[in-house]
This record gives sequence, C-alpha cells and structure tokens, in this order.
Amino acid sequence: MLHTFVVLVEDKPGVLSRVTSLFRRLNINIASLTVGSSETGGVSRMTIVAAAAEDRAHRIRASLYKLVEVLDIDDVGRQSAVVRELALLKVEAGPETRSDLFQLAEVFRARIVDLAPESLMLELTGSASKIEGLVQILLQSNYRILEMARTGRMAMRRGHHTSRVTDALSDAITPNELALANRRQHIAAGMIDEDDPK
Amino acid sequence: MNNLDANRSYNPHAADAELYRQPTRLTGAETIWATMVGEGVRDVFGYPGGAILPAYDALHKFPIRHILVRHEQGAAHMADGYARASGKVGVAVATSGPGATNLVTGIATAMLDSVPMVCVTGQVSSKVLGTDAFQEVDITGITLPVTKHNFLVTRAEDIAAALREAFQIAKSGRPGPVLVDITKDAQQGSAVFDFAAAGPPPHRPHPMLGIDDGSMRDALELLRNAERPVILAGHGILHSGALAEMRALAERMQIPVACTLLGLTAFPASHPLNLGMMGMHGESWVNHAIQQADLLIACGMRFDDRVTGTLPTYAPRAKKIHIEIDPAEINKNVRIDVALVGDLKQVLEALLPEIENRDGSVWLEAISSMKGTAAVRDIQKLPDNGHLYAAHVINDLWRETEGDAIVVTDVGQHQMWEAQYYKHDRPRSLITSGGLGTMGFALPAAIGAKVACPDREVWVVAGDGGFQMTSPELATIAQEELDINIAIVNNGYLGMVRQWQEFFYDKNYESTPLRSPDFVKLADAHGIRGAHVRRRAEVIDAVGQARRHTGAFLIDFHVEQEDSVYPMIPSGSALHEMIRRPSGNPLVETATER
Repeated sequence: MLHTFVVLVEDKPGVLSRVTSLFRRLNINIASLTVGSSETGGVSRMTIVAAAAEDRAHRIRASLYKLVEVLDIDDVGRQSAVVRELALLKVEAGPETRSDLFQLAEVFRARIVDLAPESLMLELTGSASKIEGLVQILLQSNYRILEMARTGRMAMRRGHHTSRVTDALSDAITPNELALANRRQHIAAGMIDEDDPK
Repeated sequence: MNNLDANRSYNPHAADAELYRQPTRLTGAETIWATMVGEGVRDVFGYPGGAILPAYDALHKFPIRHILVRHEQGAAHMADGYARASGKVGVAVATSGPGATNLVTGIATAMLDSVPMVCVTGQVSSKVLGTDAFQEVDITGITLPVTKHNFLVTRAEDIAAALREAFQIAKSGRPGPVLVDITKDAQQGSAVFDFAAAGPPPHRPHPMLGIDDGSMRDALELLRNAERPVILAGHGILHSGALAEMRALAERMQIPVACTLLGLTAFPASHPLNLGMMGMHGESWVNHAIQQADLLIACGMRFDDRVTGTLPTYAPRAKKIHIEIDPAEINKNVRIDVALVGDLKQVLEALLPEIENRDGSVWLEAISSMKGTAAVRDIQKLPDNGHLYAAHVINDLWRETEGDAIVVTDVGQHQMWEAQYYKHDRPRSLITSGGLGTMGFALPAAIGAKVACPDREVWVVAGDGGFQMTSPELATIAQEELDINIAIVNNGYLGMVRQWQEFFYDKNYESTPLRSPDFVKLADAHGIRGAHVRRRAEVIDAVGQARRHTGAFLIDFHVEQEDSVYPMIPSGSALHEMIRRPSGNPLVETATER
C-alpha cells in the first residue's frame, strides 16, 4: 500500500539524503517526495509517499525519528487530509486542435499557461487520480504529450490539527535561537552577507 | 560574553578551569581538544595526516593521552573497546581520505553493537571541498548509514558546538558512533571558545518512547500469571545500568535468565538463575527453555537472527514482553504482546514495586533436568588423551584468572568457546563484536580496554585468522608498554568457516586452511615475550607465566585443528533443532564447576 508521511525536518544540508537513505536501506521505493518551507522558519516540510507493506509504517516512523534532524512525523495515510499534486503538461497542438484542448482543460479545471504555434501548456492541480485522468484522456484522444512534470503529492490534514513542530521545538530551541541558526546557515551558504543587519 | 577576555589567547600553563569559565579565543585545532577535555576525554586513539595536522600540532597543550595506532581501523576498535570497558565515550582521530575510510569498519562495528563513540576526521579545506582534492573523500556521505549522526564542520566557530552535540548524541538514548569531519581551514581558523555556550540543546527523547498504564498493567498481569517465564538479558542492561534492577526482578520472581552474547556480563554467570548463553551456539537447555517458555521478558535485546532461529518456530507458546529503548526494534523480528518502550532501568524501577515474591522451583527444576549430563561433568576431570582442545584453554584461563579478567575476543569459533567456557561474573568483562562480527577486533579493542582500565587484567582471545587482520597493533602495545596478555587459539583454519564447510558444504575446505607466521617470533620482533603451547599439561603453566610477567605476553595455543562448536543451530532451523556433539567425543559440550 501507499503510505503518506508528512515529515518536518531541520533545514540543513544533507537532511534530504539522510531521509532518502533510510528508505533505501529499508529497500522501500519512494513514489514521490516533495520538500519546501513550512510555517516555521528553519523547518522544512516533506511529503513522502512510499509503497510498503501496511505493517511497516511503524518501523518507518520509528526509524525516521532516530534521525537527529527529524522533528515531527505525521502518518496521514488514514487521516482526513487534503492531498494535492501539481502537473505541467506540454501538449502538441496546432490551430485546428486547440479548441478541443481548451474544452478539455475546462472540464478538468486546468489552466492554459503557455501557448505556442505548435504546442500549449496545461497546469493542473488536484489529486493524483485527477491528473492521471487528464493524461489518459489526452493519450486516448491521440494527443502527443511532449513533456510532463509532476510535483508529487503534498498533504495536509483537515481541521485544526497542527504539525506539533512548534511545540516540539519550543522545548529545545527558542524561536530566536532558531532564527539565529538560520541566519548562520544562510551566511554559510553565501545567501546573505555577514554584515547584513537583518 | 566579555569581549575583552574573549581576545585572550589560550595559555596552556594557566589553570585549566580558567578556560571553561572565561570565553577565550582559540584556534579551531585548540578548540577540538579543549572541547574534548571539557567533555571528560582523557585518552584518544589516532593517526595523524595532512588534513588533521593542525589539530595534532595543538595536542601537546592539553591533558590528553594520544595512543598512536598502526592502522585507523585499530583506532576505531580501540575507541570501541575503551567505551565498552568503561561505559564512557571512546574517541578516535584520523586524517581525511584513506585515514577516514579506514575507520569505517570500526564505526560499523560500534553501530551494530550500540557503542558510544566519537570519531574526529580531518577534511580538506572548505575552499576545495568537492573538487577531488588530494586525500579528499566524502566521509560524512560514506558513514551516513553506519553512524548515529555525523557532522561536517567548515568553520572554527562551529567546532565546539558540533563536538559537544556529538558527545551528547553518542551517549544518549540508544548509544552509537558519531563522526565529526572538520576541514583543515576550520582547524586553522580561530574563534571564541565558550564551552558552556556551545552546549547542545537538551536531548530530545524519541517521541515514540512512552509507557502507558495499560501496557504496564498488561506486563504485570503476564508476569503474575506466567508459569514458565524466561528473562532474555541483552546489552541494553549494561547501557542502562540496570543490573541491580534486573537481578531484583529475576530473584524476586525466581525467573531464569538467558543471555545474549553481549548480555553475558549483564548478569553474573555464577548466579543460580543464570542459564547461560542463548542462540545459535547457546547451551541446549537454554534454547529448550526458551522454546518451552510461556513468557519471555526481553530486556535490552533485539531478537537478532543469531538468537531466534527461524522466526515462525520461535518460542511458539510464549507471550512476549519487550523492554527496549529503541521504538524501531519493537515488532521488528518477533511479534510482541506488550512493549515497554523506554529506558530499561526506569521501566524496571516502575515495575519492581508491583512485583511480589514467587516460587519458581517447578520450572527451574524442569530446566535443570534438561541439562542432563552435559552441564555436570567437569572438563578438568577428563583424562588427558593427548589432544589440546580450545575448551581446555578457555576453561583453564577462566580458572587461573578466577573469572576476573576482561576478556576481549575476536570473531569465530574461539569467540563462541569463550562465551561457553569463561564464566563472567563482572559487568563489562567480556568485550566482543556481536552484531557486525568483525574479525580483527580483539587486539585493538583490548588496547582500548586496557587504556580505559589500566588496573584490570586484560586478555585477548583470538583465532589465528582474525589475529592477523590487525596484528600490527602489537607495535602499539609495545610502544605504549601495555600489559596485555594474548591467547591465540590456533587451529590452522579459518575455523568457523571450516565448520560451516564441514556441516553444510561436504567438507569442501576451500580457502580455509591457513599457514601463519610463528606468532611467538612475531611477538619477539616487537619485544613482546611469548610461548608455544601444544599439550594440555602446559596450559596452566603458560597462563601463569603470562600473568606473572610484567608487560605484554603472547601464548600461541596449538589446538585440535578440526574441532567444532557445539551445539549449533543451522541457519534456517528452529531454536531447538540443534546439531549436537557426536557421542563418543570425549569433550563435553559445556562444563561448569561442581
């Protein structure tokens, strides 16, 4: 089955490789993985979708928590959650086929974000099955998909549930310390200048 | 922070304490040692080289003993042996590139056996990181799966914090090795050293730890109702310091105790409730007791494949309570009925007040009767038939040292014979590579143990194969003038592999016969005394000679070449399906003093 984990990690070099290395070690294939900022500075949010037997979720969680930089893990697989994916599709289309594609885009609530003489680009957000639905229709209607890019799933639980990361962190690090730590990293990475007063 | 003081440079002749009260400007190199001293480090094992030279240049200013090894793998095993013998964090130091990669086997050994260790490696300058510079290797990448955590430090001001966190990670929770890779320019740079301010944030316990009242009640219920309980004693008892609590549990409820290899010294061998070692080469009655048990109380052990046999047939009648600090171990191999996930000592402290005395005599007598004749015959009383068996060597060594030595073994047949015939009563007195099974471990690990415990008698017990993997460390023993005794159980084969070939590969002894140098001459070349022993009558004399001699002593025991370790559970068999010693063989499987 597919497991979906939302993992909050410290935003440091090498964290992604620690996380993925763990899945590699357990011989589990990652179906998709997205990383980006979270609501807390210095904390990145990953959504990891991985195919593994049902009873392995405990071991994956327990092992992930052993990584020093992992702050919080939410196994959202069975929770009521909003799960979204973004896809960009470049489809071959001349003047005579464009209008059909416009209609198709409307049905799927996709947006046309680029139009060229012989192609157009669709942007589609939704569940994985919705994206796969559009892809299938396109292929069955003999459209040629020139390029496809998908972000992989992002997930967030519905309701007032919070990621607990702020609680977890407040015991260990004050927000100020975290901000300072961030700043040190940004300086180290050459993203900001040391003299920058910020 | 006081900026005036912050610009003072470090004066090694000033009182040590001053350095830890006043922020002081230090080079990165000085910071490495200053932080270690602050963390309580007194001894390190290492090998210098280009990228770690700035650190070595500053070493003389600090009260740290540096033991120069002959190969960095030795440094890692020494730090490991040091940690296992003392319970403190062991430290190994190496340069970049090959120095760092040579540590890897030792790091993996410590990882598999949860040994607290910090490895410091030099790294090429941060300006050339990633350019395949001379002696550059991505050691944080290489060691990622075999360390608890690792750090790459590129600035002098980050060294103290990284090292302090490394020590905390190494010893907290389930211990393990941590590597800190420090670039040469970070060592050459300078920063204000403020030991207190560099302290790590409080240790965040694993969020899945926790014992709810329900599990506690369930565990007590199982304990009260068990008729045939067995405690499985593991390495975690030593890590947690739960020896007294474990003993109290066993004694109060009269529960017999079976030990894992690494748990052998967690419960006194001479204790009437101690059954001995379980698993692949465990005594028959121990494995039978586990198979017949109705309750297993697993304490700080992880149901390794060497102790379970095939999983579907493992202890089929037993309910299982697992007391363990690592949540990832719960239900990993064996299905658990009640998990108490936490520090063993704390869990037992919470359990003990609820536990009442119990009479376990029926079950204990049943186990005793399973021992049959195997346990009651005394190996000493066997007539000398001209053969020298490894069992004689280990048995005599145990008697002569009164079971009081720290024995450091290598990996293979001799390791199992040691576990069977040397009865350890003192905690941490058996040091052996269990999880990774690293040949070449014994000699360097013994050096670490001797440095940690200079007043203890230390014996290496190694095979002729494994000994040669790290034998250059004899030179380290000579240079450091360490009083370590070495027993080589020499059977002219890679014995355990030969045994597998005998049992499972039609005695096709491919690549296992071994011609070795004259180990006594090898010792002599290092200025180390030695003796050959070929007859049983000579064993006690030789051991006595080694013990009386001040300084290292090597004994080459030429034992029976094709002896095997019995009993043995072939891999893929159930725990009770043991290969027994063929009858007619004069040697008993195990012997205890009666």
